[in-house]
Amino acid sequence: MEFSATVTFSALMQQVLVGLSRTTILFIVASGLSLVLGVLRIPNVAHGSLYMTGAFVTYTVATLFGQSTLGFWLALIVAPLVVALLSFIAERGLFCHLYEREHMMLLLFTFAFSLVIGDLVKLVWGSDYRSLVAPVFLQGSFSISGFPFPRYNLFLLVIGPLVAAGLWFLTNKTKIGKIARAAAVDREMVGAIGINVSWVFAAVFVIGCYLAGLGGALVAPTQNITQGMDHAIIIEAFLIVIIGGLGNIWGALLGALIFGLTDSIGILLWPQFAIVFPYVAVVTVLLFRPQGLLKSTW
Amino acid sequence: MFKALFDAKTLISCSVLLALLLLLPQFLPRFYIYLFALMFAIALLATSLNLVLGFGGMYQFHHAVFYGFGAYAFALFVTKSGLPLWIGYVIAPFCSAALGLVMGLITVRLHQLYFGMLQISLGSLVWAITYRWYSFTGGDDGIHGIPLPDLVGSSTGAYYFNLIVVVTCLLLMYMIVNSPFGRIFQGIRDNPERCQAVGVNVQKQQLTGQVLAAFFAGVAGTLFVTVEGSVFPDLMFWTLSLEILIMCLLGGWFIFLGPALGAAIIISLRTFAGIYTEYWTLILGIVLMLLIFFLPEGVLGLFLKKADPAAKREG
Repeated sequence: MEFSATVTFSALMQQVLVGLSRTTILFIVASGLSLVLGVLRIPNVAHGSLYMTGAFVTYTVATLFGQSTLGFWLALIVAPLVVALLSFIAERGLFCHLYEREHMMLLLFTFAFSLVIGDLVKLVWGSDYRSLVAPVFLQGSFSISGFPFPRYNLFLLVIGPLVAAGLWFLTNKTKIGKIARAAAVDREMVGAIGINVSWVFAAVFVIGCYLAGLGGALVAPTQNITQGMDHAIIIEAFLIVIIGGLGNIWGALLGALIFGLTDSIGILLWPQFAIVFPYVAVVTVLLFRPQGLLKSTW
Repeated sequence: MFKALFDAKTLISCSVLLALLLLLPQFLPRFYIYLFALMFAIALLATSLNLVLGFGGMYQFHHAVFYGFGAYAFALFVTKSGLPLWIGYVIAPFCSAALGLVMGLITVRLHQLYFGMLQISLGSLVWAITYRWYSFTGGDDGIHGIPLPDLVGSSTGAYYFNLIVVVTCLLLMYMIVNSPFGRIFQGIRDNPERCQAVGVNVQKQQLTGQVLAAFFAGVAGTLFVTVEGSVFPDLMFWTLSLEILIMCLLGGWFIFLGPALGAAIIISLRTFAGIYTEYWTLILGIVLMLLIFFLPEGVLGLFLKKADPAAKREG
């Protein structure tokens, strides 16, 4: 329990970069959750399970191709689509009948769904952990001011803004995005002018879950793929969405930044209690801005 | 006083049930005695959650943190202080209640989902500290082999001790629910704005409810330690909180004893399905989904409705 007094500048920079790549994963997962929460008003606890499923599917697809570069790219495309398909079936089969229920019921229903997915993943992949190596050109590290920085993390730093830009385009420039935003504010009015709200909801749900799958696919080469990674991410994603402002994608980005950076810099300051820093940050934010930092769509 | 609280039918059926439970250890093998003792603790936990959830309409998403806090307070007291055991039994619930007060002061300003999420983040903070503070809480290993005298430490001892404590606590909670405070609390659940308008200090009442629920959760925590002789950080993890929510839903959260029944069902399901398959959560998930689709008032709710169609929702 001692503060390391010698925090050098380059070590700090390195941790900031690591934190930023963690932010990318958190942002991708949390933005999907935020989308579903903001438009459909479903607190989807199963979001983390879909993220885990994405990671396991990525492993399987990449391994089919001998964990080659081609396999990695293919897995990156296929895995989120598999997750999206799964969520489409779940939405049409189960969730679309429950939109009118209260939040507590929806929360418990998605928790039940997450239990089912969790066990199905265990059935298919067993309870051992899996690991996946990044493709050759993303292995190794760059040297940034004398400190090694993994190439894969840099790759994540490129992907993050791309996803953010894509989401901005989707919600602001496309028709479905505009309808979805309108439906988030007043779903009855949108229905009244002749738009099939149910299918808009289905589309938003699938896009949100696609993002969970994408997050899982991207995180796969950076950590062990295990049972329980769903529980670890979902609580973080929820807190990010809450501190950012429900349904606000830029809020999700801001929240992910706060979460990712406090975590990585905390490791530098006080390794034993690094896990505590993000939660302290979240509590502090909520104390002063209980409705989140940015405007929520609720 | 009891006449005012119970009608004859409930009084008789509850006494029969109690008599049965008192006799049970004479016939049961040791494993079942242990299982029942555990069930009592969890039943108390679920009922204490329902105090704020079903009767207060509060989105208590992280109730387990009070339970785990009480269990840890008791375990640390027993292993570190060297003072008589019964002081630990008294102090631990008050520790939980104090945590409930602190967290409540911060959270009751918010409504519904925001309340629940802030509670989860505060609770996760407590969990994270417990999880990492190896020198004090034992970190992710927890504390095992907590020494307890035979009077409460043996399986029969734990059974009777837990039964007596749980029955006492349930009676207390039943009295709270039917007290003027309990009535106001249910009024707040049904219409917070109107309660505010007639001069009820909603946040103060909710804070009181929060502290009471945390207190009884702390009692349940000490009972868990009595049965298991160990504590670990999972007792404070948010998945356990959702599991308790499920128990309330399963038993029916508009009925006082519903959550206790839900707890018994879940514990039995976990134990017996766990013998045959390691995928018992799959079964639980499917059961829960069916339940939400077809039986949102819970098992006991359905049963009471069948038995007495004119019964009010509050039972």
